Amino acid sequence: MSIDIYAEEIVAHYEHPHNKGKLEGADAQFHDFNPLCGDDLTIYLKISDGKIVDAHFEGVGCAISVGSASMLTDLLKGKSVKELEKMGVADVVEMLGIEPGPARLKCATLALKTAQKALFVYMKKDSSSVSKEL
Amino acid sequence: MFDVEKIRRDFPILGKKMNGKSLVYLDSAATSQKPRKVINAISRYYRNYNANTHSGVYKIAEEATEDYIRSKKKVAKFIGASEWEEIIYTRNTTESINLVARTWAEQNIQKGDHILITEMEHHSNVVPWIMLAKRKGAVLDYIKLGDDKASLDEAGVDEQLAKRPKLVSITHCSNVLGTIVDVKAIAEKAHKFGAKVLVDGAQSVPHMGVDVKNLDCDFFVFSGHKMLAPMGIGVLYAKRELLEEMPPFLGGGDMIRTVLQQDFTLNDIPWKFEAGTQHIDGGIALGVAVDYLKKIGMENVREHEKALTLYTLERLSKITGVEVFGLPSQDIDRRGGVVAFDITGVHPHDVATIFDQEGVAIRAGHHCAMPLVVDILKKPALSRMSFYIYNNESDIDKVIEAIAIVKKKFKISDTLKP
Ligand SMILES: Cc1ncc(COP(=O)(O)O)c(C=O)c1O
Repeated sequence: MSIDIYAEEIVAHYEHPHNKGKLEGADAQFHDFNPLCGDDLTIYLKISDGKIVDAHFEGVGCAISVGSASMLTDLLKGKSVKELEKMGVADVVEMLGIEPGPARLKCATLALKTAQKALFVYMKKDSSSVSKEL
Repeated sequence: MFDVEKIRRDFPILGKKMNGKSLVYLDSAATSQKPRKVINAISRYYRNYNANTHSGVYKIAEEATEDYIRSKKKVAKFIGASEWEEIIYTRNTTESINLVARTWAEQNIQKGDHILITEMEHHSNVVPWIMLAKRKGAVLDYIKLGDDKASLDEAGVDEQLAKRPKLVSITHCSNVLGTIVDVKAIAEKAHKFGAKVLVDGAQSVPHMGVDVKNLDCDFFVFSGHKMLAPMGIGVLYAKRELLEEMPPFLGGGDMIRTVLQQDFTLNDIPWKFEAGTQHIDGGIALGVAVDYLKKIGMENVREHEKALTLYTLERLSKITGVEVFGLPSQDIDRRGGVVAFDITGVHPHDVATIFDQEGVAIRAGHHCAMPLVVDILKKPALSRMSFYIYNNESDIDKVIEAIAIVKKKFKISDTLKP
């Protein structure tokens, strides 16, 4: 685990994000906004046979939220819907390779939270049933 | 003689470390640090004469009451009020403004009346008026910022006053831009149109000499915690005749003279507005904070902050990729010790986090001024440093170093400006 939040990898994802832009024909999507930081994020998922076949994001925000969205959309491809549903803070920390600390945890988990909300809406569940820890 | 190094030794927190680095505190616009004298005053109160004021007939209750009133006398003198009875203690600026909104404004502002504020207000001087306007069907107008995006549009002032607002509520100093507003001139004009004037002094009283009689404002509000005093003690000054006429705010003990089953009579001012047990230790400590500031001299405080601001603007002007908000150096007489900035391509929350790792405390966000930051300056957030008596040039040098680290991490080229 790196102590430096701004490890090379996050900054690289922030500056050259993967999977950025609207995903045409997405099966699930959700838009979320964090007024405190002004982070604004939309996650798009393409789902087939209970598997996430493609994931994209659009939005603006800090390096941690954008970096996290870029890495998460990479990570989600090929995962099952069930796997996404079960993901939590620990998975985000592992993915980022940093401990964002309490002040920035919300930025780090915004992408996962938004992805899960997209999934819940797709499954016709209440989007607010997303885990409280996120 | 203003000796910043001597002043620094009065603030125990400045000897602490943050993330292993010596703390550089540059967020005094949010809240100031406290000198030993203020911290000790609170401890002295609880060790020696803690008692509920007013009703106690025993010695320590008398002492507590006397000290509480003495603090109001100090505050009254500090801001140029003629009587200590014109000083109401509240929790903070926000509560003081809400008190006016719920009492004077509730009584005097009706459907179709106008309330005038500016585009650089803190949310505490916006939201209570939106609430009132919605409650009453009144109209909330804004004095716009000029093209410099740093000061009020002069022509706009006259234009808005022509609508004959009942109340003009304006900040004395912007907590984002640092702009000092000529509230005296606005108050003079506003009074000609029959308006009452409220001045938000949260960012002025701690940093410059203020004379409410000279400003001729009707209401003046500020927070103790931004001027070396504890959190939870704030001030509402209002002219005596207004306080006499205003309906009470909260009902309960101390604000009454007599209570019958179905009726009550009101106590005199200021007690009429101080229902229930008050923040006695906070009030007493505010008096001590005022003594501390007076000893330094508000002229000296202001000069020190001007010099630091000029030094900061000069250092920042040499760095590429840093946008600075507010008035330029030549307008330093109209600029307080607040410098908001943006490192192009880096989100302010990332800037603040990297600063934090270097032991430097700055603020990032919309600074409770969304109409200004988001709508006018068109930024989701800004970084802001703000100064006080205990900051020195070495603090600013740390900022410059931290900016270089941010740029390095985000691979922003560091060419010097020609
Ligand atoms: C200009 C201004 N007005 C009002 C406030 C609100 O002060 P408080 O939170 O103490 O009520 C602040 C505090 O940031 C301020 O800067």
